Amino acid sequence: MQDIRHLLNRISFGPRPGDKEHAEKIGAEKYIDQQLHPERIDDSAMEARLTSIPSISMTTAQILENYPNPRRFVRQLGLQPNDNQNGNNQALRQHVFLYYQEKGLRLPQKLLEELQAQKMIRAVHSERQLQEVMTDFWFNHFNVFWGKNADRWLTTAFEMSAIRPNIFGKFKNLLMATAKSPAMLFYLDNYLSSSPGSFRLLKTVTNRRAGINENYARELMELHTLGVDGGYTQQDVQEVARAFTGWSVEAPQRSGEFTFRPRMHDDGEKVVLGHKVNEGGMKDGEMVVDILAKHSSTARFISTKLVRRFVSDDPPQPLVNRVADVYKQTGGDVREMLRAIFASREFSSSQAIGAKTKTPFEFAVSAIRFLNGATDGSGQLAQMIARMGQPLYQCQPPTGYPDRGGYWMSNGAVLERLNFAAALGANRIPGTTVKSDEPIKSVVLMLGSPDFQKR
Amino acid sequence: MATTRRYFLKSSGLALAGLAAAPSFLVRTALAQTNAAPGKDQPIIIAIFQRGAADGISIVAPFGDEHYYSARPQIAIPEPKSGAAERAIDLDGFFGLHPALDSLKPIYNERHLAIVHAVGSPSNTRSHFDAQDYMECGTPGNKSLGDGWLNRYMQANPEDGATPFRSVAINSNVPRSLMGSAPSIAMTRLADFGLHGDLATTELEEAFADLYKETFEAVKMLRNANPQQYVPAKGVQYPNTSYGRALLEIAQLIKANVGLQVAFADVGGWDTHANQGSSRGPLANRLKDFGDGLAALYRDLGDRMRNVVIVTMTEFGRAIHQNGSGGTDHGHASCLFVAGGAVKGGKVYGRWPGLAPEQLFEGRDLALTTDFRDVFAEILVNHMRAKDVSKVFPQYQPGTSLNIV
Repeated sequence: MQDIRHLLNRISFGPRPGDKEHAEKIGAEKYIDQQLHPERIDDSAMEARLTSIPSISMTTAQILENYPNPRRFVRQLGLQPNDNQNGNNQALRQHVFLYYQEKGLRLPQKLLEELQAQKMIRAVHSERQLQEVMTDFWFNHFNVFWGKNADRWLTTAFEMSAIRPNIFGKFKNLLMATAKSPAMLFYLDNYLSSSPGSFRLLKTVTNRRAGINENYARELMELHTLGVDGGYTQQDVQEVARAFTGWSVEAPQRSGEFTFRPRMHDDGEKVVLGHKVNEGGMKDGEMVVDILAKHSSTARFISTKLVRRFVSDDPPQPLVNRVADVYKQTGGDVREMLRAIFASREFSSSQAIGAKTKTPFEFAVSAIRFLNGATDGSGQLAQMIARMGQPLYQCQPPTGYPDRGGYWMSNGAVLERLNFAAALGANRIPGTTVKSDEPIKSVVLMLGSPDFQKR
Repeated sequence: MATTRRYFLKSSGLALAGLAAAPSFLVRTALAQTNAAPGKDQPIIIAIFQRGAADGISIVAPFGDEHYYSARPQIAIPEPKSGAAERAIDLDGFFGLHPALDSLKPIYNERHLAIVHAVGSPSNTRSHFDAQDYMECGTPGNKSLGDGWLNRYMQANPEDGATPFRSVAINSNVPRSLMGSAPSIAMTRLADFGLHGDLATTELEEAFADLYKETFEAVKMLRNANPQQYVPAKGVQYPNTSYGRALLEIAQLIKANVGLQVAFADVGGWDTHANQGSSRGPLANRLKDFGDGLAALYRDLGDRMRNVVIVTMTEFGRAIHQNGSGGTDHGHASCLFVAGGAVKGGKVYGRWPGLAPEQLFEGRDLALTTDFRDVFAEILVNHMRAKDVSKVFPQYQPGTSLNIV
């Protein structure tokens, strides 16, 4: 017997008025099944809210054209090479702003605002709640930092094309999509990694000698697949880095698409976790993805993270083992793993109910939903979430944000949550409105209560 | 459709009257009395974490080691005698400070800044996250302890009349070093620490104060100390970065005499896998911020520095050889700084292990000759008056005293 409110707290961003009654009417099993098949749920009302966000349906080439780097116009703008467009020079910023307005262009900063807006609109309004929860989960698992140079133009496609289409499918497809995504190749420096003996192809890159870069190889195993105790060595890191040499980004300022550069690739034989990798060319990296996706440490690591998200900060080991078995039996089918978690005793146990602390994003979205509110994703909402400790798309380390309650609750963070509750309850956040018959004070106390920080 | 009262009370599963039953992690009942705030002479430690693994041999360049320049043809820091416009600042004929750290040299000359080189964690992990965890827990290789080394120091050395501000991180989240049963405050800006807006009426504040006792005690205390009036010492300018502002807030708290003993700040951007540059470039820019911030904090605190020790740390160093992208991959030992009135500075501490191929750790990294716990333990015992550090660094026997503090 499922506790419906608990179910809604975990597989959605918290219930709206009426959600509980709806789920009760169709039954928990059917509700879960629907949420696992978002394509069967009509979401046109939410989609209509996204029409004001152009960048999310653009290719990276279109994004580069419509949200160009101001550095491209150094001459037209009369800038000095040392002028910093992000600095405090008010006059310069105004100059750039007017030039963009005149040309019908948008500043790159808009890309961040639009990414944040679409994330908040979908989380607040989508009927496909689990799809949004899983998009948030996988983005955080495969975190990239929007602020790292070219990632300002590449992160949009990362979420739309690498993460979103793959959230419920085979883990390997998701892994491959992220491995080939320009945002990841750039974020973890693999686009520069080349065979030590190779000819340098990147003419823009001076002062360098060819050679491998271990950054992606290490995080691929530590954070994306095996886990830090998953049984790989420094030697494996170097071998994996060799296998991925040549996986790069095409013309980062014009097309920004994935490309394989054969002349940067190390075609020698590699040994990764005891497997010989000698497919040659791009197939070397693909074979590594295959080896990692099939590894039992990956099954365990991914299961642990999913159980931590949906059950408790300290994942019950028997459940992790069962979910890892599902991974092995189904070739890493995420939908089936989730089904196993939701059907488990551990998921519905009294220890699990209310045991998770909401992240600032989850807290804000659940509060808006609880008060039957609406948002257009305007900037101030994102700023308030940032002040509570979670600037969206701006988590610098590749770990993503920790999924543990202790990380989020400090005295300072509590105060920011109370300030958010007060601003939301009084409808003082531009672009976001809520409805309530209650006296504002009760609403604010409710949202600020310790219980509402939990899900 | 408006939220109805019935829905509000029923669907929420919470009656407003039931809110007082708050989970214990949010409400600490055993808040110490705040009336007897410790005086101005209590020792203070300021810990600064350089997250991302800072490149020790660029920060304090071993220009006297013949292997340094061959390992890093493009990114080594030119030696002091070279004709380069920007070159290492000679410290002792063997080591040189990165030129972007020039603001630290006067403090070194005044013998209040010490450097420890080839220092770090004995664990051979090259994972940022494991290594940061190990360093912050103070237990390399052991993940079983849930609390941080500074928190265990506070647990083992309880202080009568400790205030909510005994331990503060200028950060929106509590760092691992401060996690544990001794309370800590994490805040990003002193000015924001409280309820604001037209709704922050006394009535609301009182209602929340029942739920979040410790938080509101701290709010009240800070309000009374009124640190908003703060103006740094004459001529001191902090970098206009989040790190610079964090250090300024720490100075504010110290001078407001709110009982601060343990302060923590982060500075990121050290994971220089690509294009790190040499005397100039991205790493130099990070170092300029880092060094200017430290120097500003030191000058701003002025004679308060007699009771303050600032210590920096990073999870590991970087590989000795530059990689294929003009950067450096993850390595082993690095360097750290210790500054303070009682610090025996003007010296680079630690045995230099050498950069010849056979002297490198695992054939690629700077070997470790000083365990970070030796430095931390010495600061806790000699400066922070810790009676015994066996609970702070369990199962660890500190090595020979460095005699820095």
